[in-house]
Amino acid sequence: MSPELEVIEGWVNHNAHVLDLGCGDGSLLRHLKSIKQATGYGLESGEDNILKCIEAGVSVIEQDLNKGLKNFKEQSFDLVIMTQALQEISSPHIMLAEMLRIGKECIITFPNFGYWRNRSYLALRGRMPMSKTLPHAWYNTPNIHLCTFKDFEALCYRQHIKILDRTVVDLNYKNSWSMRIMPNLFGATAVYRVTK
Amino acid sequence: MQTNSPFPEDSVGLVKPQTMTISAPLSLECGKSLSHFDLVFETYGTLNKNKTNAVLICHALSGNQHAAGFHKATDKKPGWWDLCIGPGKPIDTNHLFVISPNNIGGCHGSIGPTTLNLETSQPYGPDFPIVTVRDWVRTQARIAEHFSIDQWAAVIGGSLGGMQALQWAIDFPEQIRHSVIIASAPKLSAQNIAFNEIARQAIMTDPDFHDGHFYGKHSYPKKGLVLARMLGHVTYLSDHAMREKFGRELKKGSLGFDYNAEFQVESYLRHQGEVFSENFDANTYLLMTKALDYFDPAKEYENNLVKAVSKALCKFLVISFSTDWRFSPERSEEIVNALLQARKTVNYARIDAPQGHDSFLLNIPRYINLFSAYMNNVIREAKELNQEPQT
Repeated sequence: MSPELEVIEGWVNHNAHVLDLGCGDGSLLRHLKSIKQATGYGLESGEDNILKCIEAGVSVIEQDLNKGLKNFKEQSFDLVIMTQALQEISSPHIMLAEMLRIGKECIITFPNFGYWRNRSYLALRGRMPMSKTLPHAWYNTPNIHLCTFKDFEALCYRQHIKILDRTVVDLNYKNSWSMRIMPNLFGATAVYRVTK
Repeated sequence: MQTNSPFPEDSVGLVKPQTMTISAPLSLECGKSLSHFDLVFETYGTLNKNKTNAVLICHALSGNQHAAGFHKATDKKPGWWDLCIGPGKPIDTNHLFVISPNNIGGCHGSIGPTTLNLETSQPYGPDFPIVTVRDWVRTQARIAEHFSIDQWAAVIGGSLGGMQALQWAIDFPEQIRHSVIIASAPKLSAQNIAFNEIARQAIMTDPDFHDGHFYGKHSYPKKGLVLARMLGHVTYLSDHAMREKFGRELKKGSLGFDYNAEFQVESYLRHQGEVFSENFDANTYLLMTKALDYFDPAKEYENNLVKAVSKALCKFLVISFSTDWRFSPERSEEIVNALLQARKTVNYARIDAPQGHDSFLLNIPRYINLFSAYMNNVIREAKELNQEPQT
């Protein structure tokens, strides 16, 4: 399991009713179902992923996140999760507000654009950073709204969103001393737990 | 299977309709009741020891019990859903036992307007009570009883058939494990009802209709039926599908400046109407459209679909097709959203397909793959339950 998912798992209560936005092949939901007896659904628009979810017995709803979440009622989930997808959404700030409308708490993860490797890539090469976590070129990337750790917190402040937990991880370590001291510089992936 | 079989390997092969007689009276939603009547059905596959692998197929407006296989070796066409029922197909008859009945009010063997009313020694005709989706579901429950099936592994249907699958989940929550609802809706829209009404008017204003008492008259409302079917058929296809299939192609290559069928689409519709009118009863057509119009499972739950489906215990698979405008994806999503709010286990896929409402009967790879994947879970579950000793 990736360090990112390990962090998420620790933040999920038993029997939580969960909505996973952009649930991929459903592996997170399946995991939460088996170890936390979580219930809930995944939203996904990728055809292959939807098929994989069905094969794995994960409840999946085909829905384009960019068309909104209006079909979900206020506070109808204990937890709304969005891993590595906020940067692909056309209006992340509206999405964030919507997630907190339908969920009591939200967990959000995204690639931290302020990560030192991204900074040095841009500084030294003068080109848009590409890496293992950001493998696309600027013209065909789905990541249309990349942000840094600090950017995200500024948005939370503006929208009166309370940050309950935050951490950064990279591909190998759950958390190192350097990430704790300077998360915006040393964390490749940001993991947040927020509420209203 | 025999190697010299004239049928494809993934066909259930030769099948024969069977008849069961229901003797205990069945009270209908309209207040009337039926007693001692025949129900016609077909079965495919084998019922397992603990009867955990039974699947009910619900047919749509013009469907019947002949869902898969062939009645004769010389049949040109198999049953109406042969694409999905058979060995290795989504509804895999190697593992599942499939029951496909003809609904009451139909015209293919189950009691309906063409049946002789024993009290009058005349066919029921227009006096056959108007039946509803709930009545059908109740009749289908009698079939389960007949086979001592406590719980369907799945109830499956497209269009009007999907409505029955939804009603099953609400009316008999304990007796169904999966409800598969394809290209359907939680109730008809005003536009849907309008189309049905035009179809009914076409039949009822046909001079040969005789208020429904046409059986002894050597003629029947053929023109009305043809028109009703032509209209229906247009609503089953998408604009795109019609353009692809016919375009503006002329039968003779040039305009004739008359009112004969000149465009290919005209002669196609006329042909479809003709064939249909020879095989379908006008009174049944009226009944079926009424059953559609009346369907509204939320009605007795304060018009709240969430409340209605709250009773359900089964899991759901809902599928819609992008160009279906008879029951558009948004209509399926009404069902899905109610299930989400009621916290039911539900899967939903909106299949991109150009063929319109008819898509549910067509070989669309993504649809078939999803359907198969879901049914594989149904089969696995049925096998596991078959291992457990029955209490």
